[in-house]
Amino acid sequence: MKTLVIASHNNSTLSPVTLAAVSAALKIGASFDIFVAGKGCATVAEEAAKIDGVSAVLVADHDALEYQAAENLAATLQANAEGYSHIVAPATSVMKDALPRLAALLGVGQISDITGVNGEAEFVRPIYAGNAIATVTSSDAVKVITVRTSAFDAAPTGAGTGAITAVDNAVDCGLSRVVSEEIAQSERPELASASIVVSGGRGVGSEENFALIEKLADRLNAALGASRAAVDAGFIGNDHQVGQTGKIVAPDLYVAVGISGAIQHLAGMQGSKVIVAINKDPDAPIYEVADYGLVGDLHDLVPELEAKLASVL
Amino acid sequence: MKILVPVKRVIDYNVKVRIKQDCSDVDLSNTKMSINPFCEIAVEEALRLKEAGTASEVIAVCIGPKIVKEQILAALAMGADRAIRIDVEEQPEPLVIARLLAKVAEQEDAGLIMMGKQAIDSDNNQVGQMLAGIMGRPQGTFASVVKIEGDEALVTREVDGGLQTVALKLPAIVTADLRLNEPRFTKLPDIMKAKRKPIAETTAADLGVEVTSTQQQLSVAAPATRQAGIKVASVDELVDKLKNEAKVI
Ligand SMILES: Cc1cc2nc3c(=O)[nH]c(=O)nc-3n(C[C@H](O)[C@H](O)[C@H](O)COP(=O)(O)OP(=O)(O)OC[C@H]3O[C@@H](n4cnc5c(N)ncnc54)[C@H](O)[C@@H]3O)c2cc1C
Ligand SMILES: Nc1ncnc2c1ncn2[C@@H]1O[C@H](COP(=O)(O)O)[C@@H](O)[C@H]1O
Repeated sequence: MKTLVIASHNNSTLSPVTLAAVSAALKIGASFDIFVAGKGCATVAEEAAKIDGVSAVLVADHDALEYQAAENLAATLQANAEGYSHIVAPATSVMKDALPRLAALLGVGQISDITGVNGEAEFVRPIYAGNAIATVTSSDAVKVITVRTSAFDAAPTGAGTGAITAVDNAVDCGLSRVVSEEIAQSERPELASASIVVSGGRGVGSEENFALIEKLADRLNAALGASRAAVDAGFIGNDHQVGQTGKIVAPDLYVAVGISGAIQHLAGMQGSKVIVAINKDPDAPIYEVADYGLVGDLHDLVPELEAKLASVL
Repeated sequence: MKILVPVKRVIDYNVKVRIKQDCSDVDLSNTKMSINPFCEIAVEEALRLKEAGTASEVIAVCIGPKIVKEQILAALAMGADRAIRIDVEEQPEPLVIARLLAKVAEQEDAGLIMMGKQAIDSDNNQVGQMLAGIMGRPQGTFASVVKIEGDEALVTREVDGGLQTVALKLPAIVTADLRLNEPRFTKLPDIMKAKRKPIAETTAADLGVEVTSTQQQLSVAAPATRQAGIKVASVDELVDKLKNEAKVI
């Protein structure tokens, strides 16, 4: 039994969500290797080699893997899958794209978004937007798994001494090419790993008003989130959406401003430790999950909160 | 170019799920069922491509028992030209769904398979990617814009950091995200017309696909419920609670 963990990275640094996938791998129990697929990704491999307990780091460094496009990534992983009982990756958009394809190439099923490991073949995962939690088993020879990273602590790193090996069997399927990317650059913490998240919903009212939410987020050194309605209305970019089909977060503190609390939104944040809701409707469903609710107009309350936090932080 | 649109019957997204007393599964008896919202968006996109003259025919395909005819009719009422139902008793696993769809796509010689990114019941987010893998075709998942230019599909995808646009060589598989479009409402005459549109029926055996299973659901539990908290009267009280009670700031 041996697990291959697929690293999430941007060709220069290893994303911390990789460490959550390693945690899941450690619970599965076997020894593990890390696979780094990218272009010019040597520094990522070096970081990966320091993860505590890693046996080997396999690096496929190739033009065709610059964006880790699913067609090329899945084919490359297939070519390197021999000998592994489990293939595990954090449930990032890259991995959600590539891992089901890999599973199909291997002729096995895939298990999406696990939140728990009960053994080598038994896993826990939310279904129905998190309104039911299923325990599933798989009898496939290779278990291909994506991991909900908010459900696992980061595995320790720094003491590892994995051997870095280059693999030369990267595959270029020639089926697709990336035309352009609009990737938001932000100084703020990342949504997926931030310890505080401040999110705005339709109630914020406009793109201009979203500055109130941003100011509060900056005061708390928080990541910026949003409901689907806020993204649809163009207040903020899609990469901020929290929910069933957006990002899943579980910070120490989640502040929901002008968000009603639809089940699809709750699916993305109800694992947070402390939830604060600010809404003018005292009966908004968000209050059913909020530890602290403040009823009123966000246009008054958010600036006041920001100012008062400034004096206590 | 023919567009194939796989649609799934699922619990309506507005309905709160109940869990069976014996915790074996969710309870879907007497529950409102609908087309999976992402599949509805996929149907809409296919129809728009046809209306723009890019596609010649839109074919809905649904895998399931007779009852899924309700959702097939809904897709036909939106404007799909015809439909195919693959008869199975129970929902097969994603890999099997993908194998069945691959056979139909081959038979129909579909130039584009436009489908949902995820079924809101299983939340799997797998079938499109598996289908693309089985057929050796390019995939444009989580699409928020789709354009056909010559022999390529240009697909803007919603990815973790923002947006990415890829060019896919046709034939290709595209999976729809929420912001791709807003599906049209169907009117009563459309529903009447839908009843006269052809629905072909086939089986896994006819398609030469074995319905196997390697995954088993052992049990289903309700999620840990949160205790509703308190309402605070002022911003001062909130700041005090966060600092001294919850200790999160
Ligand atoms: C398949 C599917 C997937 C979905 N996935 C997601 C998802 O991933 N994430 C997501 O968020 N949604 C998702 N949705 C949408 C979800 O159902 C809701 O429509 C959405 O979450 C609503 O966003 P909202 O709370 O911002 O807007 P609304 O429901 O319109 O709520 C706005 C709130 O703001 C309050 N408000 C208004 N003005 C003020 C003011 N001045 N001061 C204070 N409060 C004010 C109102 O009282 C109200 O409660 C999905 C839906 C479907 C069908
Ligand atoms: N039984 C089915 N019949 C037709 N299409 C399906 C079926 N199950 C899944 N699909 C398609 O696959 C997509 C993704 O589903 P999933 O991977 O299960 O989340 C759905 O949006 C549908 O387009």
